[in-house]
Amino acid sequence: MKEIVVLSGKGGTGKTTIVASFAALAKKKVLCDCDVDAADLHLLLKPKRKETHEFRSGQTAIIDEKLCTRCGLCEEVCRFEAIKDYQVDPTACEGCGFCWRVCPENTITMEENLAGHWFVSDTKYGPLVHARLGIAQENSGKLVNVVRQNARSIVQKEGFEYIITDGPPGIGCPVISSLSGANLALLVTEPTLSGMHDLERVIGVCRHFGVPALVCINKYDLNEENTQRIEMFCREQKIEVAAKLPFDNVVTEALVQGTPVVEYRQNGVAHQIEIMWQKIRQALGEE
Amino acid sequence: MIISIASGKGGTGKTLVATSLALSLGKQVQILDCDVEEPNVHVLLRPKIVQSKPVCILVPKIDKAKCTYCGECGKVCAYHALAVLKEIVLVFPELCHGCGACSYLCPAKAISEEGREMGVIELGYAGEIDFVQGKLTIGEAMATPVIREVKRQIDPAKTVIIDVSPGTSCPVVEAVRGSDFCLLVTEPTPFGLHDLSLAVDTVKVLGIPCGIVLNRAGGTYGKVEEYCVKENIPLLLKIPLDREIARLYSNGITLVQGMPEWRGKFLGLFHNIERIVAANKQVRK
Repeated sequence: MKEIVVLSGKGGTGKTTIVASFAALAKKKVLCDCDVDAADLHLLLKPKRKETHEFRSGQTAIIDEKLCTRCGLCEEVCRFEAIKDYQVDPTACEGCGFCWRVCPENTITMEENLAGHWFVSDTKYGPLVHARLGIAQENSGKLVNVVRQNARSIVQKEGFEYIITDGPPGIGCPVISSLSGANLALLVTEPTLSGMHDLERVIGVCRHFGVPALVCINKYDLNEENTQRIEMFCREQKIEVAAKLPFDNVVTEALVQGTPVVEYRQNGVAHQIEIMWQKIRQALGEE
Repeated sequence: MIISIASGKGGTGKTLVATSLALSLGKQVQILDCDVEEPNVHVLLRPKIVQSKPVCILVPKIDKAKCTYCGECGKVCAYHALAVLKEIVLVFPELCHGCGACSYLCPAKAISEEGREMGVIELGYAGEIDFVQGKLTIGEAMATPVIREVKRQIDPAKTVIIDVSPGTSCPVVEAVRGSDFCLLVTEPTPFGLHDLSLAVDTVKVLGIPCGIVLNRAGGTYGKVEEYCVKENIPLLLKIPLDREIARLYSNGITLVQGMPEWRGKFLGLFHNIERIVAANKQVRK
């Protein structure tokens, strides 16, 4: 079993578009949406939900107003600025329980959070494990872990070959949870100074966790000078550029129609994505 | 006044809007880059950095001479950052949120705290614009302590513009909380609309009024506009899909510097926000 995670650092570079096309190209795989706080893959894969599970994680402090003597100790000890005027701001509370433990009148209770849901669904391309973090909830990294673990158990049960994971933007907790232990990271970038800056940081994260990486330059013809710079940078870093995808309105059209671009039209972008998938298989030692 | 700029979906143009809004105002303005995982404001504004400060959280340090291995700290820690074995206390600093409960509650007073660096904040200026950014150290998971430190630099005498990370979870909540207004930047695609609706729900939980900027406007997808009407959220600015705008951005040139005619539109956007914020305060009274 091989696990491929698609990351980017910068958001909006085309991760989900590419993962949806891989879904149409790859055989014997489970799809995984690890961008749990703004998941979009389901919009292209049109899943039918088979299972819905609650994700309970973390706690929030609740102060009983009637019993509170307004001594202020809870506000004094809280380092998350979550208690003001003897009231807890649930969006700031990190659930450490410090206030609950020190309250001399025992007026504080800790309540477990329903922090989101995760789902196992059927798509015409195979099973999809995905999730939805509750509004303004935390612990997205833990929810990512739950999603990945369940994808793994499906792969093992069904004897599949791949887990293909749509990762979140950034380099923090949900990215680390999506990346650690994966076999390969595909880093999607764009030829903008921001995209290049963010690529460098996400390469750093891959190195830190020892996951080999390939790069895809999306909309490469938007700025060919910058594309050359990215190629040069990748050569220095000894990272292969697996594909350069041209800018094409067809990508947006396919998205609006809710179809993976490789199924929408056989054009240059679709062809390059097919070649990229072959290169990923080679990099994984499959061919 | 504090205006935060968020989006749900990444890559919709938050930084483009934040930088052009700041430049249009020109002075008495402070820009905070709270996308500490991938800060990009500096790419467009090229600020002069005059000060750099480490961001630390306090993690436990066990005094072996005093420790009785009673196990209390292990029980107290909600994040499993401490494990007490027979004659050793294991500390996992990367799991620690720095709440301080373990050291306060240790019966033997055997726990002190030491700083663990997880990022830096940098302060400087771009022209007359005050600039602050946070940078999470590569390999670190927790962005919120760095965001909190960036926000401690807020100058209440100025118009504060906060560039927020994509998504809707803790880093976004931390960055947006306390704003007078949240500007949500989106694009006319099913992804843009879906993530916008999540971002609107998040901003509502925080009780902050919001408005929308539709970037890469044009084309046939009209559902973002329909959503704005249905949800009664003002659509404050449209930026068209234009290869020249994309090219400027790719070279790190802000919209108002590359196309100065946009300055008036961004000032109009700002005045509309001022009006909404004033009306909102009136209602709250």
